[in-house]
Amino acid sequence: MILSLRLAWRNLWRHKRRTWLTALAMIFSNVLLIFMISLQFGSYDMMINNTLRAFSGEIQVQHEGYQQNPKLRSSIPAIIPLALELRSILPDAHIAARAAAFALVSSEQRSLGIQIVGVQPEYEPMVSTLPGMVREGRFLQDSNAAEIVIGRVLARNLKVSVGDELTLLGSGRDGSFAAGVVSITGVFDSGSSDLDRTLAEVPLGYFQDTFAMRDHGNAIVVAVDDLSAVPSALVAVQKEIRGKKGLTVLDWTQLQPGLKQAIQADMSSAWFMYGLLIILVAFSVLNTQLMSVLERTREFGVITALGIKPRKLASLVMLETALMALIGLVIGVAIGWMIASYLNIAGFHYPGMEEMAEKFNLPDRVYPSVTFFSMILGPGIVFLFSLLAGVYPSLRLFRLQPVEAMRAV
Amino acid sequence: MKSLPVSAMLRLAWRNLWRNYRRTVVMLLAIAVGVWAMIFMSALMRGMVDEMVTNGIDSLPGYVQIHQLGFRDDPSINNSLQPPGPELLGALENPLVAGWTSRVRVPAMISSERDNRGVTLLGVDPAGEIAVGFDLDNIVAGRFIGSPQDKGLVVGRKLLERLETHLGKRVVVMSQDPDNNIADRGFRIVGVYKASLEGQEENFVYSGRSHVQSLLKMGRQVSEIAITGHDYRAVDELLEIIRAASPPGSEVLPWMELESYLYGMMGMMDGFILVWTIVVFLALSFGLINTLMMAVFERVREIGLMQALGMKPSSILYLILMESLLLLLLGLLAGNILAIASILPLREGIDLSGVARGMEMFGAGSTLYPVLDLHDLATANTVVIVLGLVTSLLPAWHASRYSPVEAITKI
Repeated sequence: MILSLRLAWRNLWRHKRRTWLTALAMIFSNVLLIFMISLQFGSYDMMINNTLRAFSGEIQVQHEGYQQNPKLRSSIPAIIPLALELRSILPDAHIAARAAAFALVSSEQRSLGIQIVGVQPEYEPMVSTLPGMVREGRFLQDSNAAEIVIGRVLARNLKVSVGDELTLLGSGRDGSFAAGVVSITGVFDSGSSDLDRTLAEVPLGYFQDTFAMRDHGNAIVVAVDDLSAVPSALVAVQKEIRGKKGLTVLDWTQLQPGLKQAIQADMSSAWFMYGLLIILVAFSVLNTQLMSVLERTREFGVITALGIKPRKLASLVMLETALMALIGLVIGVAIGWMIASYLNIAGFHYPGMEEMAEKFNLPDRVYPSVTFFSMILGPGIVFLFSLLAGVYPSLRLFRLQPVEAMRAV
Repeated sequence: MKSLPVSAMLRLAWRNLWRNYRRTVVMLLAIAVGVWAMIFMSALMRGMVDEMVTNGIDSLPGYVQIHQLGFRDDPSINNSLQPPGPELLGALENPLVAGWTSRVRVPAMISSERDNRGVTLLGVDPAGEIAVGFDLDNIVAGRFIGSPQDKGLVVGRKLLERLETHLGKRVVVMSQDPDNNIADRGFRIVGVYKASLEGQEENFVYSGRSHVQSLLKMGRQVSEIAITGHDYRAVDELLEIIRAASPPGSEVLPWMELESYLYGMMGMMDGFILVWTIVVFLALSFGLINTLMMAVFERVREIGLMQALGMKPSSILYLILMESLLLLLLGLLAGNILAIASILPLREGIDLSGVARGMEMFGAGSTLYPVLDLHDLATANTVVIVLGLVTSLLPAWHASRYSPVEAITKI
């Protein structure tokens, strides 16, 4: 084994330039793959975190059908005690109850239709980043106060600021006329113009009174620290909910189906490109190994004439391929890892990203994810395909006729 | 000895190419696959962005829009415009204008017996809307607004579902008049439209322009004038003409500024297509250099002999470059044919409804129509030929530099 390893190594360097060029093709695509894949994973993490943390949370308990058709009437009775129960079975998660309705808000000068969300002032900051984004004034405090927190764009459109009063006009859960006057305690700036334009939060107690909800609410939001904690939390919540009629538990893929599909769509187009890159590298390896076998026809002829089995020769050629692929892998991963690690600290930015970032509620820099998986996935596949490309040249050795081969030029 | 005539060089290069046919075939395959990848991917990307842009600007914003200054910050009824005067009407006769319309656009609340939603109420002149791109085929039930006086309401399919109401039912639309009084009125739903983005279906409701104007007590004022041209990539001239004719106090903006996300995406895709083309080329280039180098290497003796017989180093350089050119041209030919053959059957569109909600997040519809753009085709071919020849210079130069004596004696 050691002998064939040494033999393979030496053979590799008989054509120094050719070997390096082929290895360079591998290094090039390995570095590129590491860069792209770590960037991709990094931005998915960011998309998921930002979207879920901003508002929806990882898990929600809702009335059946509420997700497809969010109506005030699809509500959860005794929502605050239920949230308390869930809090006791999931001590590590953050849990908050909410209710939501569409209403017309009017200031002195303007009227706009928006979504009003009733939240628990003491728990909401733990499940959503919006309360932390209050730039003027403060977030809600008292669960029954006639107070409201609105987005920056909405405040501008209504021509109001902290301290002003707004009139709410909508319909209650029982279809009755719902109206109220609230004073603005805070203005948030989430960076997503959609949220800032269309959302306002009032205390849950006040919401329930105004919209004739009694003790009902529309959703219990469960926020966990890490996506990996979602499945176990989901099971626990499901067990708790089982006895309650009409309720259902949704995880983030159901709450934000667009997010998951956007990732899938992006993933498939990315893998299409990676696949092509890998195939091109494989062609390069195929060509190199084919040449290296053909030019040694005479040599191989002599060796087989001396009694060495073609199988041995084939494995020697495969070993050469593997060594070459290994060089590409090691150097490629080293360079790729350095670039990704640097960008992991410095962040990566490309033109056109601000628009993307605003649309998807992201910061305008991506930080590539540097994990063992994101580093080795691309280069690993390149390695495998390089070996695969070496198979055809090796197989040719089985057809070698010693006498003819020795006569070859 | 004079340098060889081009035809002889060409024959020599062609024969040299097929001396080791296996190597040439593998390299040709690589070039063909690479070129196919460049063109195919560009067509997909181009198709997606084209669709996003046309979805985004064709029916509603138009290519150029006129608003009252301040409307963009505060899209309310107080920032409205006079209908176009004679000067602007004259400019709108310009052949660069494909269509135009003026409409009322206000935020409103819509309520059915079951539910209510915040929407954007558009008071439109149907003839103008159709001229700027509203497609009557998108009406899935009932009819579109018939005239500016029409009292009916046309809503999106998704909104109808959300409101749990039906064609022919009445809904109440509330908005505010210029004095901030709530104006509300019952509307009968006379039509339902579909759009490729659900967000649009949920947001926009149409009614007759005069009817909305009287509801909101705004006289003949309108919120915006939307104008379309013939090529959404070139709107500068159109913009200038409209700008010159617009009344003072108005703001004339191209879609690039109104829909900065779409414009950003368009720029990013253009950049992306170029980067992708170059990346694929680089991946190819290693193999190309390698192939040529091997071709030179195994012919060292022959090259030495040719030189000893008086062939100039420059001729050898040309010979190798010619060989590379032939290889590239053959690869390009195969790649282009492959690309066109694979794109044409997909012209009917690729169904992406499995990830429709995800595509909507990007602002794209659920069917992808690849677009074979001549410009992208030219980019791919130019990159391969030009950069390919540049990369071939290295092995070719190498070959021309052998000293004859050394080369002949080399085994």
